[in-house]
Amino acid sequence: MTVTATPSLGLARFVLLRNVTAFRRAWILLLSGLVEPVFYLFSIGVGLGALIRTVTTDSGAVVPYAEFVAPALLAVSAMNGAVADSVYNFYFKLKHAKVYDAMLATPVSPRDVAVGEVSWSLLRGALYSSMFLAVAWVAGLVHSWWSLLAVPAATLVGLAFGAVGMYAATFMRTWQHVDYVNLVVQPLFLFSATFFPLSTYPDALQWLVRATPLYHGVALERALVLGEVSWGLLWHAGYLVVLGVVGVLGTSRRIGALLLT
Amino acid sequence: MTDEVLLSARGLTKTFGDFVAVDGIDVEVRRGEAFGFLGPNGAGKSSTMRMVGCVSPVTSGELTILGLDPAVDGPRIRARLGVCPQKDILDEDLSVEENLWVYGRFFGLTRAEVRRRAEDLLEFAQLTERRGDRVEPLSGGMKRRLTIARSLMNDPEVLLLDEPTTGLDPQARHVLWDRLFRLKREGVTLIITTHYMDEAEQLCDRLVVMDHGRIVAEGSPRALIETHSTREVVELRFAVDEQERHLDALDGVGERVEVLPDRLLVYADDGDAALAELGGRGVHPLSSLVRRSTLEDVFLTLTGRTLVD
Ligand SMILES: Nc1ncnc2c1ncn2[C@@H]1O[C@H](COP(=O)(O)OP(=O)(O)OP(=O)(O)O)[C@@H](O)[C@H]1O
Ligand SMILES: [Mg+2]
Repeated sequence: MTVTATPSLGLARFVLLRNVTAFRRAWILLLSGLVEPVFYLFSIGVGLGALIRTVTTDSGAVVPYAEFVAPALLAVSAMNGAVADSVYNFYFKLKHAKVYDAMLATPVSPRDVAVGEVSWSLLRGALYSSMFLAVAWVAGLVHSWWSLLAVPAATLVGLAFGAVGMYAATFMRTWQHVDYVNLVVQPLFLFSATFFPLSTYPDALQWLVRATPLYHGVALERALVLGEVSWGLLWHAGYLVVLGVVGVLGTSRRIGALLLT
Repeated sequence: MTDEVLLSARGLTKTFGDFVAVDGIDVEVRRGEAFGFLGPNGAGKSSTMRMVGCVSPVTSGELTILGLDPAVDGPRIRARLGVCPQKDILDEDLSVEENLWVYGRFFGLTRAEVRRRAEDLLEFAQLTERRGDRVEPLSGGMKRRLTIARSLMNDPEVLLLDEPTTGLDPQARHVLWDRLFRLKREGVTLIITTHYMDEAEQLCDRLVVMDHGRIVAEGSPRALIETHSTREVVELRFAVDEQERHLDALDGVGERVEVLPDRLLVYADDGDAALAELGGRGVHPLSSLVRRSTLEDVFLTLTGRTLVD
């Protein structure tokens, strides 16, 4: 019997299915991605918020500090989830478990692998951000209906970081390289207008911050959760999408170069 | 077997940097045939198999599989191949049966279909009792059996088996051979690499002997033996260091003498006669054995080296 399979993309969903199957037994692991941002929310947002009380956003509104920080942490959780999955898990599957070597002996193409893996990152990102948003809502930090869009926005953050993280992982040769990822993620976490408005930075630094990806995620999430919606948000979304597409294309090219030798 | 040429390679070459792993080989395999690649470590068997499996681009030369070009139609070809690579690359995050299911889905098969096929293949791999277990703690032979079972999930037209029986116990080896005979009867084309002479002689209609990336002989196992060896072989073992001393006395007995580190091989059409002749010359080895020529001898003749070190 002849099996006909569409040569591209159609099979990406089965790469995704493989991950869903693998994590069915390990769903507890999935929760770990949520715990960290929730801890930050309560220690920084609520704890520090008791001292700072209010903050003036870049759009001029005055909001309680916890409400200011919560959406930024939503973007951070999406980033961390995507980076953990794309860098650590993907690197392990690529270099050690040889999961993709077996896949590529089937009609699955490198592109299917990249798309499937990034979709998995998105799915996890959506899961984390929904749970985080629910926690923030219960804590009374979320008021605007626009907040519902914060979940799809978080998947854009997941797309950008998941795809670029995977691309970076294809260049890593040792676990030490993998650890360097923290050197990138940590500053992004601290300096992407996460804990204070962009306007507190000097002008030159503001431009630097604007160029980094997490800033766009934070700005997008903050605007949606605080209900400060404008067309300008599309610019943030576009930035993240472009990063995601570049990452996916780069990753599929690298998977081909590494495994199809 | 039909006349349809299923695999055709012309001047097929694979290089890694400066190193030539496959050096311009010509191969033709017909539908329904069982074809073997035989050769020592590093001969280029796996490199060839990977090119045929469309997971390794051809450096130069022509390669056509199922009438298609791997560079253009890789996924379409792979959809019709079953591949058992030399190294088991099972998915250790999945259970035994999930390995089969998920792999089947990569071929676009439905959920119901992969479950149905997995039942039969679990039985064949004798892993039905371990179906829910993780793959990691399975024994080496069990993993091998699962890899072979997995390669059959898509009901392939062509089965590529790279050293399929390495690590299998004799019983499992025979179960596999039985299955391969059955698949062959159903018209599946088998392409096998092996170090085991008995395996090649049992399974292959035709084979090529590879050495240093080149094909050094080609034919059916019987024809290869007839062409490159004598009907029988006398194996002589002497005490350590005594071997050299007896070499002169062997002159003219049989057609050819091969010196191995631990024994001497005398190639003769009538082994018993050759042995008697040696007795007459006063050569009395510690032990002697007359046996039929095998592909191992063909290989030794062609390359001056043993196949399994
Ligand atoms: N990816 C690679 N990069 C560099 N050299 C390689 C690569 N793959 C194979 N080779 C080299 O090509 C040669 C042929 O290797 P190959 O695996 O094809 O041999 P083989 O006949 O399958 O041997 P064995 O019986 O040990 O499996 C070897 O010298 C090997 O080192
Ligand atoms: Mg090999």
